Amino acid sequence: MGEHFEHLIGESVLRLEDRPLLRGQGQFIDDLNVPHMLEAAFLRSTLAHGRITKLDVTVARQAPHVHAVFTYHDLRPFLTSDRIPLALPAAGIQFDVDPFVLAYDEVCYVGEPIAIVIASHRRYAEDALQLIDLEIEPLDVVVDPVLGLQPNSPRTRLDTPHNLVARTGIDYGNADACFTSAPHIISQRFRLAKGGGHSMEPRGVLAVPNSLENTLTVWDSTQMPHRARAILVESLGMSEKSIRVVTPDVGGGFGPKAVFHPEELAVPLVSLILKQPVKWVEDRFESFTATVLEHEQEWDMQIAFDNDGKMQAIKGRLCYDHGASTPYGIALPFNAATNLIGPYVLPAYKLQIDLCLTNKTPAAPTRGAGRPQGTFVMERLLDRIAAYLQLSREEVRRRNLIQPEQLPFAIPVRQRDGSTMSYDSGNYPACQARVMDIAHWDEFKTRQKAALEQGRYIGIGLCNYVEATGRGPFESVSISIGPSGKISVGAGATAQGQGVKTMVAQIIADTFQMNPEFIDVVVGDTAATPSGLGAYASRQAVTAGNAALEAAQRVIIKAKIAAAALLEVSVDDLCVRDGKICVAGIEQRNLSLKEIAKALAGTPGFAIPGHLTPGLAATSDFMTQGLTYTNGAHIAEVEVDIHTGAVNVLRYYVVHDCGNMINPMMVEGQVRGGVVHGIGMTLFEWMRYDAQGQPLTSTYADYLLPTADVCPDIIIDHMISPTPLNPLGVKGAAESGTIGVPAALVSAIENALEPFDVTLTQLPITPNYLRSLIRQKTDMLI
Amino acid sequence: MKAPDFSYHAPQSCEQALDLLSRLDNARLLAGGQSLMPMLNFRLLNYDHFIDLGRISDLQGIDETPTHILIKAMTSQRQVESSDIIHRSCPLMIKALHHVGHQQTRNRGTIGGSLCHLDPGAELPVVAAALEAELIILSPRGTKRIAFADFAQGYLTNALEADELLYAIEIKKSLEHSGSAFLEFNRRPADFAIVSIAVEIIVDETHKIINCALALGGVQHVPLRLHGLEQKLIEYTSLEDMSKFINSYVQTIEMNGDDLYPPEFRCEVAQTIVRRGLSQAYDEARGGQ
Repeated sequence: MGEHFEHLIGESVLRLEDRPLLRGQGQFIDDLNVPHMLEAAFLRSTLAHGRITKLDVTVARQAPHVHAVFTYHDLRPFLTSDRIPLALPAAGIQFDVDPFVLAYDEVCYVGEPIAIVIASHRRYAEDALQLIDLEIEPLDVVVDPVLGLQPNSPRTRLDTPHNLVARTGIDYGNADACFTSAPHIISQRFRLAKGGGHSMEPRGVLAVPNSLENTLTVWDSTQMPHRARAILVESLGMSEKSIRVVTPDVGGGFGPKAVFHPEELAVPLVSLILKQPVKWVEDRFESFTATVLEHEQEWDMQIAFDNDGKMQAIKGRLCYDHGASTPYGIALPFNAATNLIGPYVLPAYKLQIDLCLTNKTPAAPTRGAGRPQGTFVMERLLDRIAAYLQLSREEVRRRNLIQPEQLPFAIPVRQRDGSTMSYDSGNYPACQARVMDIAHWDEFKTRQKAALEQGRYIGIGLCNYVEATGRGPFESVSISIGPSGKISVGAGATAQGQGVKTMVAQIIADTFQMNPEFIDVVVGDTAATPSGLGAYASRQAVTAGNAALEAAQRVIIKAKIAAAALLEVSVDDLCVRDGKICVAGIEQRNLSLKEIAKALAGTPGFAIPGHLTPGLAATSDFMTQGLTYTNGAHIAEVEVDIHTGAVNVLRYYVVHDCGNMINPMMVEGQVRGGVVHGIGMTLFEWMRYDAQGQPLTSTYADYLLPTADVCPDIIIDHMISPTPLNPLGVKGAAESGTIGVPAALVSAIENALEPFDVTLTQLPITPNYLRSLIRQKTDMLI
Repeated sequence: MKAPDFSYHAPQSCEQALDLLSRLDNARLLAGGQSLMPMLNFRLLNYDHFIDLGRISDLQGIDETPTHILIKAMTSQRQVESSDIIHRSCPLMIKALHHVGHQQTRNRGTIGGSLCHLDPGAELPVVAAALEAELIILSPRGTKRIAFADFAQGYLTNALEADELLYAIEIKKSLEHSGSAFLEFNRRPADFAIVSIAVEIIVDETHKIINCALALGGVQHVPLRLHGLEQKLIEYTSLEDMSKFINSYVQTIEMNGDDLYPPEFRCEVAQTIVRRGLSQAYDEARGGQ
């Protein structure tokens, strides 16, 4: 072959996933079909809040091609608890609002599942849904988180004493004292929406019982198969050995698929009862209400600063609309709160965080997990300071940015793993300077003036942010090489299209000095690794990547010891070349990993070379040491049509620092996709409900996703500040593209509309919103 | 969502199609399927029979006479967009077609399907209104003609009887010294229009407007011809002094709206695109000399 595979880490190696995917050989959940498979459909609540007064499935059970219809009372005898044991432990949570596998008394959101119909095909199950006699007596609905926390508010759920499901906060540096002595104070409220994950492939489960072995295999389009298995094991009272959860190809996750939803318990349970495979694939219409998503955040904030524009303190309240339950703990608003701090020196910060239950689909993180909103608030406040003091936006930021010599920079906020926040590495001023340079920031004013003379309103905006990545506590990678010579890797990581297999194979191939195509990586399968976590919080390059490196290095160490014994040389005389252990300088004296694996397999009666334990294998459960902080700076250029309120994003620039990059092409893909997600969040996506909690946007005609034709050229540049917190020096890159976008875009829009002096305080920015602000100002000018 | 079971029929001729339509209970004609199939999957409608018109060659094609163009109803939007006849003699329709969905959906969507479906955000009905298209209808009783203004009756409601099918659309060819424009306001290029305008203007040698057609889409359930404005424009020689009048005229129109795009917003946008559309069409009409 003659190819050398040194230094694969850092190369834009072509993805191993692509060839089969591009040839239509992907195996997504709906591609999986097994003999005797039945299909399921769910009856879902059409009211946002009510009491079920009648639920009669007798007629539905008789419908053609229907095998069974189950309600909660049919399923409860097979479960170990009334509710699904879901919630992530969190100190602030006041009461348990885990969901039921099916609702049976009270329904708390449109889309909540009430019954499951099993038929030979989905369309017959849907026919039968129409035959279920369901009556719901309406109850008062809570749709606003601020109103929902007022004393006279109705209860979102009757099984809770009130709607404040959690209260937490951040308080350091004595903010109140700073405010009493501050030269200047600005107040601002913000109302920030964010929608759903909207992966191209919705959710799905295929449960296949095996009566011969008394086991259950669950194919689940999930980001966290080990967690899913743990919940199934506990709910069904089975053992880990008897349930396997495995992910097929997954067409995107973006957060919601990290959450365990009721269907992921209902379908496996029903397959066990019927002793037949059952498949459920979520349809898109269903996904708008059946799948978790983010809801609105209301921020009521004040910032105290001095005459030089340096921040002294920020205080306020974040009120978060949490939907009807807490499937992912309270991570999201806490992330938003901490990410507000950004790469800036904020001497004092006091934020009260209130989570309000509302009659909407439960809330859980989507890409960015609250951080875009926190960054947005900080960046808007900085722009306000700039306007107030007549300083440039970039200068105010410069004066507040943490300087590189101040890192590691500790911030006295306690994280959920017990550690305190610490920014490990990065050069924030250089990052801002770099993005301003590649965007030709200083030349913009001239262009803007020329455009205005032609009646065109263009604007430019800037944003800095950090992102905590590499969340632990661990990830697992196992490598084993049997006498066949095949290199098998199992990783607790999961893949939804970001190229995880390539990343893991590339790292191992770099250590083994061989072609990554010969490394077979299995991810997202509880049979492949006993423990694992999966994809969330931009963590897999840090966790699975380092676990892969560690495991690969251990394999090489063991292989060298065996080779030294077999070749009768010293371990120090050996090197790795082309997947072989060679004597340095005399490379024809070598042993392949296959030969070494054979020798280590053990022959009855003979000693294993090197006094080693049998097998050429290693497992690493890489334990993280706290979070590592990626940072970036974004610049956006927009044009606003003042007559229609339409915003056109002309250009977008990102300078991104995620430490060392394993595969730069894949990092850029993540950043680019993240930016598009951010454009969607800022200008297009808006999940809306009426006063009765009825969704107003339940198809893509109403809920607008950003398409390629509304996205600009996205120019990406990198800085590299390796982290000292892991051997690869890598940080996460999956979400950071999204985090800076709303702030940069809105800064640009306000800049374009400077002649009208508008302040934008909501997301998304719609044409109607801009027109109403412009109209007010032009009316006033007359 | 999965559609309930149904029977599928693929007649080879108009006669067969009409026969099926009369005989079968709860039957629906199927054109390009770009609106009908999603509605079926959503279970927004329920038919036992679908009669696919796609195999009927007599329903496809574009013909011309010296003064008129005849487009068969099942001609795909892409075929219309690629037609030499349409490029030469109906530039307004070409301009509108660039806004109709995506190129991919135009391969399947038909001109007849769009005109029969009458989505308020669709572009082709607005063109048909501006050009005063005549629709040729077939039924067991024979052939009849109906003006588009009478065909478009209300929200997603056309004048077809249960046993009738749309055969072809006839439009007058554009004349010399004419200019056209099609503008729309939407959030993304391929979306349905929130507000749209189709304009055709004819000028004389002195650049005086001698004829004008303006159709506004998206503000009411069916496209609206702005006859009052058209009349006023014929009396004027230049557009510069027309802005105020255009704005106040548009402000008198009763507009639909929703919480995201309320009537007031649509009204402002309509004023803007009417002014811009007229300006573009007028420039083209003048430039052609």
